[in-house]
Amino acid sequence: MIDELMQKEKAQKVKMETTKPVGESVKLVVPHTEVEMSAVQKVKVKAEGVCAWFGDKQALFDVNMNVNQKEVTAIIGPSGCGKSTLIRCFNRMHETVPTARFAGDIMLEDKSIFDPKLDPVVVRRRIGMVFQKPTPFPTLSIYENVIVGLKLNGVRDKKVLDQAVESSLRKAALWEEVKDSLNKPGAALSGGQQQRLCIARALAVELEVLLMDEPCSALDPISTSKVEELIHELRQNYTIIIVTHNMQQAARVSQKTAFMLNGKLIEYDATEKVFTNPSNKLTEDYITGRFG
Amino acid sequence: MFGINYQTRRSFTNKLMVFLCGLAAVIAFIPLMSLLIYVVSQGFQQFRPAFFVNLPEPVGVPGGGMANAILGTLTLMVIASVVGLPVGIFAGVYLAEFGKKSKFAWTVRFVADVLSGVPSIVTGIVAYTVIVKPMGNFSALAGGCALGFMMIPIVTRTTEELVKLIPHSLREASWALGIPEWKTILSIVIRTAKNGILTGVLLSIARVAGETAPLLFTSFNNQFWPRSINEPTASLTVQVYTYAISPFDDWRQQAWTGALVLLLIVLAVNVFAKMFFKTGRGVLR
Repeated sequence: MIDELMQKEKAQKVKMETTKPVGESVKLVVPHTEVEMSAVQKVKVKAEGVCAWFGDKQALFDVNMNVNQKEVTAIIGPSGCGKSTLIRCFNRMHETVPTARFAGDIMLEDKSIFDPKLDPVVVRRRIGMVFQKPTPFPTLSIYENVIVGLKLNGVRDKKVLDQAVESSLRKAALWEEVKDSLNKPGAALSGGQQQRLCIARALAVELEVLLMDEPCSALDPISTSKVEELIHELRQNYTIIIVTHNMQQAARVSQKTAFMLNGKLIEYDATEKVFTNPSNKLTEDYITGRFG
Repeated sequence: MFGINYQTRRSFTNKLMVFLCGLAAVIAFIPLMSLLIYVVSQGFQQFRPAFFVNLPEPVGVPGGGMANAILGTLTLMVIASVVGLPVGIFAGVYLAEFGKKSKFAWTVRFVADVLSGVPSIVTGIVAYTVIVKPMGNFSALAGGCALGFMMIPIVTRTTEELVKLIPHSLREASWALGIPEWKTILSIVIRTAKNGILTGVLLSIARVAGETAPLLFTSFNNQFWPRSINEPTASLTVQVYTYAISPFDDWRQQAWTGALVLLLIVLAVNVFAKMFFKTGRGVLR
């Protein structure tokens, strides 16, 4: 079973390599993909044979995945397929569930994030996460929400903090909306603003990879499009992995798409390819709405 | 036919039950209200500045007050808070965050529940044996400790419940920012639960402020200004008790005023607690 999957994975890799040079000539639906396809890609995060269990139930089966630097990688699949579990493995958040077990390895720039000498806390500063429901800290002001990661990690210099607040909020496209009300509680913002506040909060620490677990599923269409715009902008500087239920969203924001089913990675390829000419029958069935 | 009949009967039963419930509510309300009215009307006669600044006077001398007892009660509340709150709050956080479903946590929870039901006079006797006897004299310290012991189980359980209320997603959000576990608990979880915990704390203070029994054995009573917390100290409750059982009219009159002041202190603490809880809930929404 695993061998079969490995072979499939290899076959996909070959396919990817063959499709890559074509990228220049093919006009893509996704506007941001064009540029990226021609550029030389550096692998930022690499999942190697990732398996995960909750108690006796295995949630992930030998997932192999290379996530390129400064690209948006979308993970799609039906509920319960393990996409959230996978994304939570990327910053060792799955460990916070008492019954969780893990096998395999995840590399961040060729260094294992599961190195026993490495504190998961340090990993999470470089690989941040935004959740489905906006989770601003209710008793903290907008200002405090942004710098809470820095402050609780020992940064006291007021100047540094002030700068971090402005630059993070600007990066999260929220500065103009909140610059006059930095002392208001974070919970007073609208849902979409709260979600962007959470993104700003993640950006304020020394972030390199941003994991987003269905960041728009609790937002209205306008807020959703704002967050999507933001994802496009953040891609200039960050590597983003986004789990989404919304296939249009995956097509809109990502360069690469991974399709998962029952804990297995079924297909992982350029977004354009996955949505127009998937190589696996299951992927085709899913994106054409035949199941899931 | 049957349908209409059934409908009428059902609606009649409904009205009857609503009436009975309302009646029960009124009956519950009457003693409470009459108590309040009676205490206010009786206590108000002596309710004047002298009562708050003067020491007790011998029988027959007009103008005596309970200034030392008011100060004593406040001192006792402070000592009780110093003794009871840190232990109670940290124990509650332990139960909610670390103990969870372990055997030890279960035992602590059970003991706390039993302790909060222990008659206060028992606490008083224990405090007498453990603190007053070895120290050799009654003191505010011993009284404060006795009240503090009573606060611990109440504060522990309320803190635990309130910390448990903080959604898991907030902790996850904090971990995802690379904030270590202990800082997450201290700066995120407790801070978010702060208003609720404060409410619980104030209610527990209000609860022990009205205790008399444990103080009879520990802080005892004193007719003068206390010079230190290491000597017998007057408290409103004990003073009210002493005056109320005396055969002298003016003392009994003052007992009513003492009761009124005590009632006002408890009321003030409760109002404060409600205010905190309101803002707390608003933010937690």
